[in-house]
Amino acid sequence: MIFVTVGTQLTFDRLIQSVDEWAATTDEEVVAQIGPSELKPVHSKWQQFLTPDEFTVYMKQARVIVAHAGMGSILTALQLQKPIVILPRQAALNEHRNDHQIATAGRFREIQGIHVAMNETELLGILQNLNTLSASDGVGPYASGELISTIRNFIEDEFI
Amino acid sequence: MSKSKKILAVASGGGHFIQLLRLRPAFEGHQTCFVTTINGYQETLGGARCFVVRDASRWDKIGLVIMLLQLTAVFIRVRPDVVITTGAAPGVFAVRLAKLFCARTLWLDSIANAEEISLSGELAGPHADLWLTQWPELERAGGPVFKGRVL
Repeated sequence: MIFVTVGTQLTFDRLIQSVDEWAATTDEEVVAQIGPSELKPVHSKWQQFLTPDEFTVYMKQARVIVAHAGMGSILTALQLQKPIVILPRQAALNEHRNDHQIATAGRFREIQGIHVAMNETELLGILQNLNTLSASDGVGPYASGELISTIRNFIEDEFI
Repeated sequence: MSKSKKILAVASGGGHFIQLLRLRPAFEGHQTCFVTTINGYQETLGGARCFVVRDASRWDKIGLVIMLLQLTAVFIRVRPDVVITTGAAPGVFAVRLAKLFCARTLWLDSIANAEEISLSGELAGPHADLWLTQWPELERAGGPVFKGRVL
């Protein structure tokens, strides 16, 4: 199963539509979380929103995640050691307020298990090679030791 | 051994909250209450209290007022010593409200903001006692500092 997610806030029809069109060409089951969209995907099972629990269940069941370049999707995929394909939202297409997802995609593309598509054609190319996608070899559940100890010291009022 | 503190940990639902959850070891030994904007995180919080407030963007003025009132009610109930937030809108209000309640504040800008500090970060950061970015290139004098990442 492939799980497609656009996050908790905004629609991202360009992603949902591309994956739904690809879904017509394969036997692979596709489950899509589409956000507050009018779209009615035909070849995917879909829902507008998922509870955090449902989100985690689909993330765990999927063999590949396809998502916007949002940190919730990326961090969860890395932690669960699932390959994730990300298509960044573009401000010019009214998909987000600014282009920070393009920056995110640029910074994270070197990380193992993250596969960046900059447009629908690249996305299709990656989906056609689904079985070759690498996964992360594991990211711990918590922040870096430096960040944790900085915050702990701040809480305990020992921050200089 | 320092005294146990009351922590209010605040983040919008989704990526902001997932980043906040990755900070949990820093909260150990203290009393932590969470605030977010979507239901359903309760099960993952190991018994910690979780308040849900309305989500709103800067264009939704009524939503922002409701969020502010709900957050104020949370502050009155919890009386936090420390506020930790990873954004976005509820974090901005929480940092400002914390001043009225004499709580110390930490703003951690989302790792999603790799090339510029978020708008909410620019609004809240200058009022926070500690303002952190997750990208060293975004450190600046009088601005955020880099002390590691959620990853």
